[in-house]
Amino acid sequence: MADSATHAQPSSTDGQTRRDFLLYATTAVGAVGTAAALWPFVHSMNPAADTLALSTTDVDLAAIQPGQAVTVVWQGKPVFVRYRTEAEIAQAAQDDSAHLRDPQKDADRVTKPEWLVVIGVCTHLGCVPLGQKPADPKGEFNGWFCPCHGSHYDTSGRIRKGPAPLNLPVPKYAFTTDTTIRIG
Amino acid sequence: MRKLILSALVAAGLTGASGAALASGGGEPLMKPEFSFNGFFGQYDKAQLKRGFELFHQVCSNCHGLRLVAYRNLEAVGLTADEIKTIAAERDIDDVPNDEGIVSKRAGRPSDKYIGPFPNDQAAAAANGGALPPDLSLMAKARVGGPNYIYSLMLGFKDEAPEGHLVPDGKFFNVYFPGNNISMPPQLMEDLVTYSDGTAATPEQMALDISAFLNWTAEPELDVRKSMGLKVLVFLAVFTALLYALKRQIWKNVH
Amino acid sequence: MSGFQTNNKVVSWLDQRLPIFSMLHHSGIEYPTPRNLNYWWNFGSLAGFILVVMILTGIFLVMNYSSHTSLAFDSVERIMRDVNYGWLIRYLHMNGASMFFILVYIHIFRNLYYGSYKSPREVLWWIGIIIFLSMMGTAFMGYVLPWGQMSFWGATVITNLFSAFPIVGDPIVTLLWGGFAVDNPTLNRFFSLHYLLPFVILGLVVVHVWALHTVRSNNPLGVEIKTQADTIPFHPYYTIKDLFGIGVFLMFYCAFVFWAPNFFGEPDNYIPANPMVTPPHIVPEWYFLPFYAILRAFTQDIWIISAKLQGVVAMFSAIIILFFLPWLDTSKVRSAKFRPWYRQFFWLFLVDCVVLGYVGGKPAEEPLVTIGQIATAYYFAHFLIIMPLLGKIEKPKALPASISAPVLKEKA
Repeated sequence: MADSATHAQPSSTDGQTRRDFLLYATTAVGAVGTAAALWPFVHSMNPAADTLALSTTDVDLAAIQPGQAVTVVWQGKPVFVRYRTEAEIAQAAQDDSAHLRDPQKDADRVTKPEWLVVIGVCTHLGCVPLGQKPADPKGEFNGWFCPCHGSHYDTSGRIRKGPAPLNLPVPKYAFTTDTTIRIG
Repeated sequence: MRKLILSALVAAGLTGASGAALASGGGEPLMKPEFSFNGFFGQYDKAQLKRGFELFHQVCSNCHGLRLVAYRNLEAVGLTADEIKTIAAERDIDDVPNDEGIVSKRAGRPSDKYIGPFPNDQAAAAANGGALPPDLSLMAKARVGGPNYIYSLMLGFKDEAPEGHLVPDGKFFNVYFPGNNISMPPQLMEDLVTYSDGTAATPEQMALDISAFLNWTAEPELDVRKSMGLKVLVFLAVFTALLYALKRQIWKNVH
Repeated sequence: MSGFQTNNKVVSWLDQRLPIFSMLHHSGIEYPTPRNLNYWWNFGSLAGFILVVMILTGIFLVMNYSSHTSLAFDSVERIMRDVNYGWLIRYLHMNGASMFFILVYIHIFRNLYYGSYKSPREVLWWIGIIIFLSMMGTAFMGYVLPWGQMSFWGATVITNLFSAFPIVGDPIVTLLWGGFAVDNPTLNRFFSLHYLLPFVILGLVVVHVWALHTVRSNNPLGVEIKTQADTIPFHPYYTIKDLFGIGVFLMFYCAFVFWAPNFFGEPDNYIPANPMVTPPHIVPEWYFLPFYAILRAFTQDIWIISAKLQGVVAMFSAIIILFFLPWLDTSKVRSAKFRPWYRQFFWLFLVDCVVLGYVGGKPAEEPLVTIGQIATAYYFAHFLIIMPLLGKIEKPKALPASISAPVLKEKA
């Protein structure tokens, strides 16, 4: 735009400078305006207010037996809540010193040792691992096993074998009473 | 048959149109109170919205729903998160089926939409002598005159209908209602509610507050819209002036 | 296409294989444009601009819209309330439709005033009419999508128009509905077509511009380009003029979007569709009102032709007749500037269209019914009687020798 605008007509150097300045100023203002006008469109693709309002989920733990696990929905994703047995807790603590791809202590992943809360989405490519139901395969480390590409997680939800790079993430949650947690 | 329907439709539309022209106030022009959100710079008065909500919540919501407004939205009328939680929990709604497939009730949450007084329209109509109290979420946009209509309607009840006008049993005479016979009884009695901010609850005050509140439920974006519009317009004025100057420069030697 | 030269090897390589840069240069930069175009010539580019705005806002609205009868209304309200800037995008789209028609109507009347439809621009004019028809279809179907009362009853009444045709009418209406009334299948097909048609319009606009650049722009004097002195390159002269026009237009558009977003709308469309209750006052959107008035102007059955069929045929004819305008207008002179009589009739015709629009928006009562009938008769008389006769009996003023001639005369 700039070059053809300038050679379109001959004029004095002074007028030329003034016109160049005007052209650059207008172009700059136009560019800012266009960028500002595009933002609402881009932002409209971010989560809407009603979606964000559903960002917490309350879970009642009272009915869960030791060794049992439940899956709850939080922000559209499955969250695994497992009431771990003494043996499972001991195993997880013992494995703190094992060779871990994504080193984390079990104690850092739980608020109360018997309750493990992790997001049930494989960190490889987003499948939901098996291991919640009693009949499910739990993998070589007695935690979860992702059937898509064969990732194995242990009783602390840590990645132990297979292609997944990271442990199952622990969502932000807090105990609102002794037997309820609020995720998010 | 379809032709019949169409001619009936067109006839209904046209006669109705003439009816509506007359009845958009039963012949009476609407009152036009001074709302804080009128005009180019007008914005909502938050204290007024809160009063309007108190009135709606204590009185209107016994018959009318507000299904498009979520409890969480009430933050905009000045309620605190805890107040919202308490208000939301006042009514129960169906929970999702539990593991045995049984649907039980749970208390409302801030993320829920305002829970109406009736489970469905049929129940609402049945409980109100066959007349369905309309949902009020969009009332200020769904009526000619918007908030002015709501204000006028609330104050438009007359004990005596004019001579020759028949008011059926269970209906009430209202100057501004299309056809003048409305199923809703007059509502705004002196001190119908006690406002938490101590404002005297006169009928005019309450009419003003509820109209403002219902305008907010219909157009919650109004404040943001107008202030953004102002910025956009100032920007466009500058940009267009620059374009005009550039145009003059470029065209200087053509004419 | 000789004007394009570049030192850039990549551009040059690509251009030899696909002359896209040559083409852009040819039609967007060096295109020789009459030097005397006035601001009425801005409305074509403005219409193109608003088409882009409509497609852009539409695409983002669809990301949050649900085309099911039980979800459509609430999904629109969710856009208005919960989606980030959803209200802005929807109001831009809603008011953009009205803006589009305002711009295109001005564009059409500019064309009528300056005789731009005349030879050799007949095909250009035809494509314009087809764009206008596509716009009407798109706007009508778009209005149905929020599934409010006006959406539903507008769809019912307009689709019922087709039932006026004998024998084939009822099967056509059933086919349009995909059922026995306007319902979910209707909403879904309207949504599909509402998304498709704007891209058809975009394609038609490309053809429109192609035809324009083949026959060159008309101008306020209506005399053809004769020498290079009559023209200036499109860029920078008309690019900057069009951009300035867009700036002014945006201020007008935004005034509605931000301060009176429902000015062009009907309150009843904020009531969810109810197939059991017709709103007391159904009117089409303002841009259909003149045609609606023509539809309603016929109230008497003539022989076996029902008033309803007459109205429907007249309404369609009101647009079809535009295709024949280049031949109905027998004058050799294009611009009304040099046609003293036509200039008066042009304004009369414009007033007639406004009267039709006014009558179309009002209840069918006397004296409006009669006024509507007279205005309808005049609408057709303008094309069928006045335009052919005027060319024969009117004495046009002397035309300037060329576009640049009067300019040079003024300077001297």
